[in-house]
Amino acid sequence: MRTNETVIDRFKSQIIDAKKQSTCVRIRGGGSKDFYGVNLEGEIVDTNEFTGITEYEPTELVLTARSGTPLKEIEQTLNENNQMLPFEPPHMGTKATFGGCIASGFSGPRRASQGAVRDFVLGARILNADAVDLQFGGKVMKNVAGFDVSRLLAGSFGTLGLILESSVKVLPKPEMERTVLFDLDIQSALEKMNTLAGSPIPLSATCFDGNQLAVRLSGSEIGVIAAHKKIGGEVSEGASYWQSIKEQTHPFFGSEGCLYRLSVNPTAPINRYTDALIEWNGSTRWVWNNGTLAEHQDFANEHGGHATVFRGNQLGNPISSISPALQVLQQKIKNSMDPDGIFGKNRLFAEF
Amino acid sequence: MGHSERDLNENPVALIDKQTLVKKFLSVLSTESVKYETEDLTPFECDGLSAYPQIPMIVVLPENEDQVCQVMRICHQYKAPIVFRGAGTGLSGGAIPYDQGVLLVLSKLKRITHIDPVGRYAVVQPGVRNAAISEATKIHELYYAPDPSSQIACSIGGNVAENSGGVHCLKYGLTVNNILKVRFVTIEGDIVEIGSEGLDSPGYDLLALVTGSEGLLGVVTEVTVKLLPTPEKAQAIMASFDDVEKAGRAVADIIAAGIIPAGLEMMDKKAINAVEQFIGAGYPMDAAAMLLCESDGSSEEVASEIQKTTEVLNKAGATEITISSDETHRLKLWAGRKSAFPAVGRVLPDYFCMDGTIPRKTLPDVLKRIAAMEDQFQLQCANVFHAGDGNLHPLIMFDANEGDQLHRAELYGAAILELCVEVGGTITGEHGVGIEKINQMCIQFDNQEIQTFLNLKRAFDPDGRLNPGKAIPTLNRCAEFGHMHVHRGEERFPDIPRF
Repeated sequence: MRTNETVIDRFKSQIIDAKKQSTCVRIRGGGSKDFYGVNLEGEIVDTNEFTGITEYEPTELVLTARSGTPLKEIEQTLNENNQMLPFEPPHMGTKATFGGCIASGFSGPRRASQGAVRDFVLGARILNADAVDLQFGGKVMKNVAGFDVSRLLAGSFGTLGLILESSVKVLPKPEMERTVLFDLDIQSALEKMNTLAGSPIPLSATCFDGNQLAVRLSGSEIGVIAAHKKIGGEVSEGASYWQSIKEQTHPFFGSEGCLYRLSVNPTAPINRYTDALIEWNGSTRWVWNNGTLAEHQDFANEHGGHATVFRGNQLGNPISSISPALQVLQQKIKNSMDPDGIFGKNRLFAEF
Repeated sequence: MGHSERDLNENPVALIDKQTLVKKFLSVLSTESVKYETEDLTPFECDGLSAYPQIPMIVVLPENEDQVCQVMRICHQYKAPIVFRGAGTGLSGGAIPYDQGVLLVLSKLKRITHIDPVGRYAVVQPGVRNAAISEATKIHELYYAPDPSSQIACSIGGNVAENSGGVHCLKYGLTVNNILKVRFVTIEGDIVEIGSEGLDSPGYDLLALVTGSEGLLGVVTEVTVKLLPTPEKAQAIMASFDDVEKAGRAVADIIAAGIIPAGLEMMDKKAINAVEQFIGAGYPMDAAAMLLCESDGSSEEVASEIQKTTEVLNKAGATEITISSDETHRLKLWAGRKSAFPAVGRVLPDYFCMDGTIPRKTLPDVLKRIAAMEDQFQLQCANVFHAGDGNLHPLIMFDANEGDQLHRAELYGAAILELCVEVGGTITGEHGVGIEKINQMCIQFDNQEIQTFLNLKRAFDPDGRLNPGKAIPTLNRCAEFGHMHVHRGEERFPDIPRF
């Protein structure tokens, strides 16, 4: 087992070598999110050896860990203290790491009610494109000193720097969770999601999977029971269901081809997407095939959002399409953090 | 090193004279929207931080997005420096004008453009007051969660620029967690839509970068904010303690019990007394500290949380507990907390409101050290504290017209901020860096980290013409400050014990 310092030295020399040789590197933990992106280029910088929770005091509601720490281990530690990662991150395999969880920015069923990875990131320690060790944000819950680089790293897929450590805000686990089902068609399910999301109830997840609308309530026992009385619905076993949605092991995700994620206004019409799986109170629609990225993007554009190829992208093809003005800003961010394009070339965009 | 060190120009100047620039603005704005005579400029000389007034060269007040873009284009063409201003309530001096520049005031863009009660969002212009959003959405039983103390006056554009918080952000988050989309005007005068009506957008999270960027990257002309269902009920507990440390421990005990209150505030004796004399909120004048803890949700949830919290507080040694009896009583308890700043302002004519965040467990130690500094600087300091999220607001009281009090207050403030960094915290939790804390940025961040900020700044504003001299220090400034800082520390108070 190498010490953490020697692992950091290896990271540094890989970055410096890439810079000298004008090549690029690909930062990788468990590889559980390798399915996502435009392309996978560059020599792998393996973060699996860089592990450990470096700071965690439950009453501070803050956890700091090294990027290679297995996500499982973090969730287990939190669970022992009756706490959780509020964004319920998908693992997408058995080897997911904490760094990958931050870098992918993927969030689970609780996203619409609690927030995404980026909402809970408090700070980050990174190696930049010169292999310099830098700290942004912090280990406290509110911090507006300097630009919010640590949030910017959430969802950046290792294309702006190598995340060494991250600090996140954690929350107590709800005292009780109850999942209830409603037999509805897709249109009524969408309407119901929006109605429930606008009601003062402890809603923590919604999903329409083609058959039923599942609604999860989380909070104090008395609050959950009272809310259930108010909204009705048949009680169902919830944990494994939400697990299957989060990890995309639900039969809906078993198809082949291209899986698109349409992130739109929660009231956007069903339109031709009658086969969609709908999550996050209506704002996320998962669809298989059924058209090209451009066609999906047209629909998403019309309804205030974006389409992304989530799985099954043909290497080299773009996974999203954004306005030219926005693309310019995206490229400027990339250039300012990684001017030589060392990190994760073409992972997020076909152009850089 | 690959990144060459490149500093920013702290003193940019326009390519053309004031008269020509005024003419250019008058060609796109109405006469009342362009101010250039000293008497018309004076009202804009400062924001909520009054100690460093500065008269801008020209003030412009565009009435719509198109005019904002045209002003930006004119400034871009003639390289005129720009400072943005919303309601001017900021406490860190982020909207203090630049004497060689244009002050772009967004207060005339104050329309609520659209409310979607089903989709649960509102589209508003930047000059809309924070509180006006919740007032307008009340009939739909929805509200906008972030509630800075200045919410009746501060505007949403300023909230985005500063990433404002408030007393409910432990449970509901800051501005960054409660907005979906902005229309952003670049220095070139181009409009970019950042974010979406959905929850996630492709690519880098520019919304997170723009939020809290203190007018250094561009200006926002429209904000889409998330609306939340108004909780059925809210109830507050006021708990007195005979010891500050006990109150601090009670906060940790509440969290340890798995409770995330909607609000969790702490005030020390000086703050309690100032507030009580100011508005008579019914606060305990004899307590060493008090906590204000709010629960919200359904009646059932609130009842159960209030009961649990009360038990924890009793166990933690609260000497007196009052539970709000009705909505009027609850609002009265909060009115005290929300008027803490002006209340302190009545004790002495001036005060500095500091804004450090610290790990909660260091609170007793930090409060002790802040109190010890009262002797060191010969000034009084009251403390109000967003205890739930560790955000401390020491209020240093002084009279700027009395001897070197202003100077001592500045040193006192700087010492508190440095203390926050020392215990693992940050110099600003929600008020922003502005000009007030710009030197302390050099303590919290090293040169390479500052260089990263400067590189990001340059990506949007290559010549450093947006809000010059604010938020991100130049490397030069840090070099000078570092030099002065050590020097001053050695010289000024050589025989004062430090603990």
